[in-house]
Amino acid sequence: MSANHSPLVEKDKLIQELGYDDHFHEHHHGDKYQTNFLTTYIFSQDHKMIARQFLMTGIFWAVIGAAMSIIFRLQLGYPDADLSWLKPVLGKWITINDAGIGRLEPEFYYALVTMHGTIIVFFVLTAGLSGTFSNLLIPLQIGARDMASPFLNMLSYWFFFLSSVVMFYSLFLSTGPFSGGWTAYPPLSALPQASIGSGAGMTLWTVSLVLFVVSVLLGGMNYITTILNLRTKGMSMWRMPLTVWAFLVTAILGLLSFPVLASGFFLMLFDRSLGTSFYLSDIFINGQALDRIGGSPILYQHIFWFLGHPEVYIIILPAMGIVSEVLSVHARKPIFGYRAMVYSILAIAFLSFIVWAHHMFMSGVNPFISNFFVVFTLIIAVPSAVKVFNWISTLYGGNIRLNTPMLFCIGFVSMFISGGLTGIFLGNSAIDIQQHDTYFVVAHFHIVMGVAAFFGMFAGVYNWFPKMFGRFMNETLGKIHFWVTMIGAYAVFGPMHYLGMAGVPRRYYRFDNFDAFKDFTDMNKFITIAAIITFFAQLLFVVNFFWSMYKGRKMTEQNPYGSNSLEWTTPIETGHGNWPEKIPTVQRWAYDYGKDNKEFIQQHVPLAEGEEHSSH
Amino acid sequence: MIDKNLAPSRYQALKFGLWIGMASITMMFAALTSAYLVRRPAGNWYEFKLPVQFFVSTIIIIASSITMEWAYKSLKNQNQKNYNYGIVLTFGLGILFLVSQILSWKALVASGITIDLSVSGSFLYALSGIHAVHVIGGIAAIMVCVANAFLNSFTVSSMRLLKVDLVRQYWHFVDILWIYLLLFLILQ
Ligand code: HEM
Ligand SMILES: [Cu+2]
Repeated sequence: MSANHSPLVEKDKLIQELGYDDHFHEHHHGDKYQTNFLTTYIFSQDHKMIARQFLMTGIFWAVIGAAMSIIFRLQLGYPDADLSWLKPVLGKWITINDAGIGRLEPEFYYALVTMHGTIIVFFVLTAGLSGTFSNLLIPLQIGARDMASPFLNMLSYWFFFLSSVVMFYSLFLSTGPFSGGWTAYPPLSALPQASIGSGAGMTLWTVSLVLFVVSVLLGGMNYITTILNLRTKGMSMWRMPLTVWAFLVTAILGLLSFPVLASGFFLMLFDRSLGTSFYLSDIFINGQALDRIGGSPILYQHIFWFLGHPEVYIIILPAMGIVSEVLSVHARKPIFGYRAMVYSILAIAFLSFIVWAHHMFMSGVNPFISNFFVVFTLIIAVPSAVKVFNWISTLYGGNIRLNTPMLFCIGFVSMFISGGLTGIFLGNSAIDIQQHDTYFVVAHFHIVMGVAAFFGMFAGVYNWFPKMFGRFMNETLGKIHFWVTMIGAYAVFGPMHYLGMAGVPRRYYRFDNFDAFKDFTDMNKFITIAAIITFFAQLLFVVNFFWSMYKGRKMTEQNPYGSNSLEWTTPIETGHGNWPEKIPTVQRWAYDYGKDNKEFIQQHVPLAEGEEHSSH
Repeated sequence: MIDKNLAPSRYQALKFGLWIGMASITMMFAALTSAYLVRRPAGNWYEFKLPVQFFVSTIIIIASSITMEWAYKSLKNQNQKNYNYGIVLTFGLGILFLVSQILSWKALVASGITIDLSVSGSFLYALSGIHAVHVIGGIAAIMVCVANAFLNSFTVSSMRLLKVDLVRQYWHFVDILWIYLLLFLILQ
């Protein structure tokens, strides 16, 4: 791959000479965690194992979430098709009529849409992405033995696991899982009698997400304390790789916004079980007025989106961090505008707290107040554009290795641009009157958040797979995976912009029996076919992943990509505590690529005679 | 789990972690009280007086903060007897606080203000109830200290001091949180 690897021994000697001795091996607590099967693989407190647990659980959920989308896409593309072949999986949710044609129950269609959103947003792109890479990379890249509290870290995974179990169980309820949309607006969510999914399904949904919040808080607390307190000698904040910056800010966003969501859920639980009316007023069920008055469903929307908007950045920031790092390594160039990258992360994070009402322009929020949110929403485009500019400048003139991680990074940048542009449409409250709750919004957030964050995640998995499993993933399969996904994603979500502009609303069971939307039958078919093809490409990824774990090309050198950050100074078989003896100390920033005619200079290599720190 | 011979940054990290946890709890109550502020001017708001029991609770929890402080000082000065007194007293006061909260709710119900009567009442139950849950967490931690005090030998290691310090900080935090909530409810 890269040419100038200094022999291993020399690098290890550097750690020996300059490393920081924390007497790790004079205490045996280090290995106490890993004495038997249970403590090594199941109740592990080692951050690398916890990372793999998050990743595996994330993959499990991703497959389920994606499969759900294929089922409801079939319904939308082919509303008259016979779905009786799904009966073995879906059971009573497929009803077979007199003509022998199997139909998806509308109630379950809504449950599928709801679960798809919940699963992908929370379980895959929050837990699966942050959980995996924050755990794997934070200690390794800042030069720490483990997290500040390995025990809480373990708990963080197990709360996620529990939350997963509850949600999974809710899929099999006889009344079905919750079906009121991933945002769970009242009254569908607050009144158990509102729809069949609003009963037990919604109760389990809430319980699951409260457990999930606990997991996020435990994890985030750990990530922040670890980054701020356990950096190795010489690792100043301004020398941290951008991944670590992104994880830090993500965790801060999570800690400030998820508790608010929890509050919202508590009030929801009160409404559901204690007869309060925080979110309820003037409700009629079957023509009967309910005696629940005085509440406001808009209150829930405020609380939800106060989390909800930062949440979208909780999802995208780690992906941005991964992309910044991987892009720079494989372009063999320092990341362009390192400080600007950090400042723009901070700016995005700050702004993300004061734009939430752009999800509520059509909810009856005062139009004058809307203006405030329009302005700040549009200002977010500025730091976003800075980041895009810097990624492209990093690529410009680089000695680019077009391997799979790099391809996914480029794909990420492309998706982020496309989706960001449509965000600017939506951010204008006047234009949003037309676009709100149409497929335009669906297209916007799938491209900018769904696909882009998945691309960042894929870039990370392909890139750090050797660090996790000691082997490489197959490149050919990886490239096929990339191209099919890239083209497939645009084929799925591109046409949705058009549908949305034509006014096709989201969350409808079928369109063919509306005069206004009849003409889009072929387009809906096209989208469904593209989605199915893209789905199979993801299965290819899963196959590649598990095949490579056992059969992939072995990693034979410590630093296969010629990368500067500290995770590549650990042994190939990274044991507990990460470095066998001393911890490396840091002498320079993480992006000395192509400096002084050297292809790369690792962070623990001291400045040469007369060399100056790279200015950044 | 944590080795006391490790670099001091690790201690710092634990304290820091607690502060972050407290920040997120603060966000939770900030959300609830903002919801209250937003909801109130919208009308349909039933006004009533806070039951006097809430003020009794306040005195109890302030007292428990003082005994906690005393316990911690005693531990620092290696005074086993006073530490034991202090920590047990704090534990007892903590329980008493909960009892007093329950009495407050009973008094509310007795005066006809049930949880589902009106949003203003619902908010009162929600705020004090969710706060009580956090107090229970603190009491659990104090219980561990009490168990330690009577089951293990008395050694004042830096680790032990740190653990008690963490409990103490959290306890002061729920105390201040309650005072904030009470002031908020009075001023509103
Ligand atoms: C230039 C930046 C962006 C702007 C101006 C923007 C603007 C908006 C607006 C105004 C809406 C509400 C549309 C409606 O419901 O009518 C929206 C929806 C959404 N955006 Fe963005 N956005 C931007 C970037 C992002 C990013 C980076 C993400 C995620 C990483 C994201 C995720 C979402 C999601 C998930 C929704 C819809 C949620 C739902 O209703 O189910 N957006 N965006
Ligand atoms: Cu938003």
